Amino acid sequence: MNVRFLHSGDTALVVEFGDRIDRDLSNRVLHLNASIRASNIAGITETVPTFRSLLVLYDPFAIDAGNLTSKIERLLDEGHGESSPGKLWQIPVCYESGYAPDLAEVAARTGRSSEEIVRLHAETTFHVYMIGFVPGHPYMGDLPDWLALPRRLDPRVKVPAGSIAISGGLSVIYPVESPGGWHLIGATPVRLFDPLAARPSLLSPGDKVKFNRITDREFHAIHAAVETGSFEVPCDVLGG
Amino acid sequence: MMPVLEVIDPGLSTTIQDSGRPGFRDIGVPASGPLDRISFRLANAIVGNHSGAPALEMLMLGPTLKILAESVRVALVGSDAGMETGRDNVRRISSGRSIRLSRGEVFRVTPLDDSACAYLAIEGGIRVVPVLGSASTNVRGRIGGFHGRRLEQGDQLPLELNSVHLRAEYAMARSLDLGFDDPIRVILGPQADYFTDEAIKTFLSSDYTVSSQSDRMGYRLEGPALTHLKGYNIVSDGIVTGAIQVPGSGHPIVLMADNPTTGGYPKIATVISADVPLIARRRPGRRIRFAAVDLREARLAYTHQEAAVQRLVQSMAVQS
Repeated sequence: MNVRFLHSGDTALVVEFGDRIDRDLSNRVLHLNASIRASNIAGITETVPTFRSLLVLYDPFAIDAGNLTSKIERLLDEGHGESSPGKLWQIPVCYESGYAPDLAEVAARTGRSSEEIVRLHAETTFHVYMIGFVPGHPYMGDLPDWLALPRRLDPRVKVPAGSIAISGGLSVIYPVESPGGWHLIGATPVRLFDPLAARPSLLSPGDKVKFNRITDREFHAIHAAVETGSFEVPCDVLGG
Repeated sequence: MMPVLEVIDPGLSTTIQDSGRPGFRDIGVPASGPLDRISFRLANAIVGNHSGAPALEMLMLGPTLKILAESVRVALVGSDAGMETGRDNVRRISSGRSIRLSRGEVFRVTPLDDSACAYLAIEGGIRVVPVLGSASTNVRGRIGGFHGRRLEQGDQLPLELNSVHLRAEYAMARSLDLGFDDPIRVILGPQADYFTDEAIKTFLSSDYTVSSQSDRMGYRLEGPALTHLKGYNIVSDGIVTGAIQVPGSGHPIVLMADNPTTGGYPKIATVISADVPLIARRRPGRRIRFAAVDLREARLAYTHQEAAVQRLVQSMAVQS
């Protein structure tokens, strides 16, 4: 196993499994994350799973980096530890023109029809690699190579909350209005992040997501239901 | 009536901060908290608060506030800028000491001309409903503090106490050394191998200055550009406060308290935790020199700093 331990200052270690966006690497990251959380190693304060590495924050006065490294190596050797099977979420998305300002351009650049792109996006079961950039913002894959466009040359200063975007074979959802350089192909009325909820982020790394195509009218109806707290995003707990 | 501080003028970028919001980076929530945790802690100590009570952080230009409570006790730490109160008979209140002010008084923080940030603590603290366990404001995530944003004119900040006892005021026996000429110590990595040897040499031997394009998310630096060895894009990984990322321009950005939790630029080095407050204080135009250290030196630096802060807290003297 080719694992590298890198120092991220004096309070964090990066456990790096590779340098690609890859489902197997992601599973190894998520597996180690679950093992660490189950192990209760004293001195670990926080862990952050990413595409290809696990950031482990620690209190250097409770555990030193050398000791922490050998404990993590032991967990990697043991290999067991229950990685949560995750959940499958059905997130409603409207792909109609008012919600998808970049869809026509994406179609033109890939030589496919807008309908083909939407169908592909809505038929894919996405894997949540990580949550990052802003609170609750998921990075999900994978889309085929022909749809892996680089980011826009002119990033938007303001992308509306709920926007669904694609770039580089991945899809994201913007939980709050923020700047962004990805191609906007739809929008969801669902709230991705609610700091006051028991589970503030709808999605967790390792979850699966399918997008449910909805109309403009349904978008408004669900949006209203979300506002009053009477809409629950359909979700199945995946078996082991 | 609820005791409040009314914001007459918010200053440039004033937010409520407490000791921060660690524990939620895996869902994209940065730790936030004060840029300069030492000044923040000392300000709270002078007014008799616990070390993490919600206080005001200001950048460059502080606020003007009106007291709508029987009495409050406040202290400013982190800058030699003081406070002023009164219109005709202006009374100056130096930083590093507490003062009791009464209903109707208006006080303003004079422009910070040394540090980039300073802290105004209020006895009892500002009353904030914690979000994810913290009162700290994260502007980009719109979380915590006062409606998840910077203060604006007319805001009414609820206070925990409507009045404070008359008692002797406290002051720091000597002012905090803001360390403007100290090197900023770093541990190389986690992606130092993405840079040429020449770039690392340049990084450790050149003068950088803080750019005006700096905020609580990151301080952008101006100075010699750093050459990447194998491109400037990495597959995103985790970011800690103090990480120094180098985008395509070659100009480093030091990630601060509100940093995005993940990012796709290689990080040449990471500021040691003892020196994060030091770099936080460098305002635009200030010089920065980096020096590489190892984990042992980082630990020693933190231990020494903590002992020095303890001494400052213990040496607080009663003012007549």
